[in-house]
Amino acid sequence: MARALNRALRDALADDPSVHLLGEDIGTLGGVFRVTDGLAAEFGDERCTDTPLAEAGILGTATGMAMYGLRPVVEMQFDAFAYPAFEQLVSHVARMRNRTRGAMPLPLTVRIPYGGGIGGVEHHSDSSEAYYMATPGLHVMTPATVADAYGLLRQAIASDDPVVFLEPKRLYWAKGELEPDVPPGGQAVVRRPGTSATLLCYGPAVPVCLAAAESEAARERGWDLAVVDLRTLVPFDDETVCAEVRRTGRAVVVHEAAGFAGPGAEIAARVTERCFHHLAAPVARVTGFDIPYPPPLLERHHLPDANRVLAAVAGLQWED
Amino acid sequence: MGDAEARSADDLLPEPEPHRVLGTGAEPEPETWPELYRHLVRGRRYNTQATVLTRQGRLAVYPSSTGQEACQVAAALALEPRDWLFPSYRDTLAAVVRGLDPVAALGLLRGDWHTGYDPRALRIAPLCTPLATQLPHAVGLAHAARLRGDDVVALALVGDGGTSEGDFHEALNFAAVWRAPVVFLVQNNGYAISVPLAKQSAAPSLAHKAVGYGMPGRLVDGNDAPAVLSVLRQALARARAGGGPTLVEALTYRLEAHTNADDAGRYRPDAEVAAWQDRDPLALLGAELRRHGLLTDDREAALRAEADDLAATLRAGLGTEPALDPADLFAHVFATPTPQLREQARRLGVASA
Repeated sequence: MARALNRALRDALADDPSVHLLGEDIGTLGGVFRVTDGLAAEFGDERCTDTPLAEAGILGTATGMAMYGLRPVVEMQFDAFAYPAFEQLVSHVARMRNRTRGAMPLPLTVRIPYGGGIGGVEHHSDSSEAYYMATPGLHVMTPATVADAYGLLRQAIASDDPVVFLEPKRLYWAKGELEPDVPPGGQAVVRRPGTSATLLCYGPAVPVCLAAAESEAARERGWDLAVVDLRTLVPFDDETVCAEVRRTGRAVVVHEAAGFAGPGAEIAARVTERCFHHLAAPVARVTGFDIPYPPPLLERHHLPDANRVLAAVAGLQWED
Repeated sequence: MGDAEARSADDLLPEPEPHRVLGTGAEPEPETWPELYRHLVRGRRYNTQATVLTRQGRLAVYPSSTGQEACQVAAALALEPRDWLFPSYRDTLAAVVRGLDPVAALGLLRGDWHTGYDPRALRIAPLCTPLATQLPHAVGLAHAARLRGDDVVALALVGDGGTSEGDFHEALNFAAVWRAPVVFLVQNNGYAISVPLAKQSAAPSLAHKAVGYGMPGRLVDGNDAPAVLSVLRQALARARAGGGPTLVEALTYRLEAHTNADDAGRYRPDAEVAAWQDRDPLALLGAELRRHGLLTDDREAALRAEADDLAATLRAGLGTEPALDPADLFAHVFATPTPQLREQARRLGVASA
């Protein structure tokens, strides 16, 4: 997936001279995850810039560049290192179009490697999507496949709105094929059709849900589980999600972020509001616990896995 | 980028005493001084009228720049039309002197929309409320202009309180490393709402902070309009020529409270205010102009009449109810409203964009 992202950035730089990359260690080093590998050498320091180590400054200057008509793509080195830029994101990036009544749109992409599962020490494994989802004015995208990593990032950079592009860091090494076209942002995709219950997930939880659906345990219980990859958290694809939930009558939302006031709370509420009469059981959630992200040797207890997903499916009131 | 030649710290230090022009025996500039004075008179009238309009409920709030008009006017007049101004919430007047419609400039403070104007029309960024966050924007815009090969510089305004913010530090550091064509003007008016400068900074002066970033600091008497104009013009010319950023500190005073909602009597003595009233920027320049025969009673009366016209424009513009459309709430959140926003617009009973 990291190479697909690299390819997307390279193609965007080649196609549009207004695209500029900014970040820490993205030049000579090629980024700590090598997503910008070779881009400074190919396009020069002014298109792929190693900045001072200051996230608010990176996003703040990128905002000014976008105000002048450039199309900056910012890399935040890790999820938890993006927090210093939060004020710029919330108070300026998300609002510039709105506060100027549309006169000054802000085409800007903020790439953030997020989530756990790579044995990272403290402050390297947060799932921070709820903060961004709760900020009106931002699009929030997160790919789960190699094809989406390329396709959605190209869409994000081409968008005239600011996009927070969350890259599931444990999928950086995932293999897959590029595809010429992927569905547009804002559209969820059914990764596995099913009839018994619908697993709603995104980013790093998609392979977990697919593993649960394909598991021997699921087959033994006679469950044919659908897996819906949301792909874009904002805007949210109510239509696809609700159509899939209505088909099965049961739903489980799966994500790594903490459950309390997390994305699953919003998703469960939306599904319940729209599909109440089709539901055979309350919408269940399988999430990270409501704790600061644990140390690496304990993270496997925190991260949703196929067993926890299947346990949640088992609780969907099948006896009724 | 970032390859600025090594300079000695001494070269970057601000002058030991604030740069002054008025009262130094400097020859008057008939091309600029009368024009500065004209804008000072208009600016003072604008400030007092806007404050009155808050009492009448026509403005939600007005952070007045009364006493700071020399900085406001000089900042606007120092720029070329192709340049960019990055104002804070106290810099409405600078935007008006730059040519912004005096009523549209008050959209934020009237409350009918956050920014009542198109920033690209006159190259005036939105009036910025979160402290110092506009400074990195100015740096990024100036950097972008240079990348495109455009002859554009940015002038960013901030207060003494704003220099404590992290964004001030990051903006100045980025500007110096990138050698961006940007100038930072700190209007040091002595107080951040109620907190005096001594509780804000232990630096010898705010201009001294420049040295640590590798850019020159300049110290100027912020109530001496020709002095502010001259220092800003030098800094802007330096930026335009590729010399990089400058930090200018202008020493001035906020003669009125922080806003109409503030009570300045709780934190500063009347005698202090009175001392600064004796250094009123209008009086300083007016006296010098009269000494040189560049200001007569007739001219003064004509300027006051012109300023009264501006005040009348303000009263008329803000005396009518603004045209409000609740559909605007949803129209400019995204390029295309999301399905959710369309649904919410329908629920509010307005047409979705």
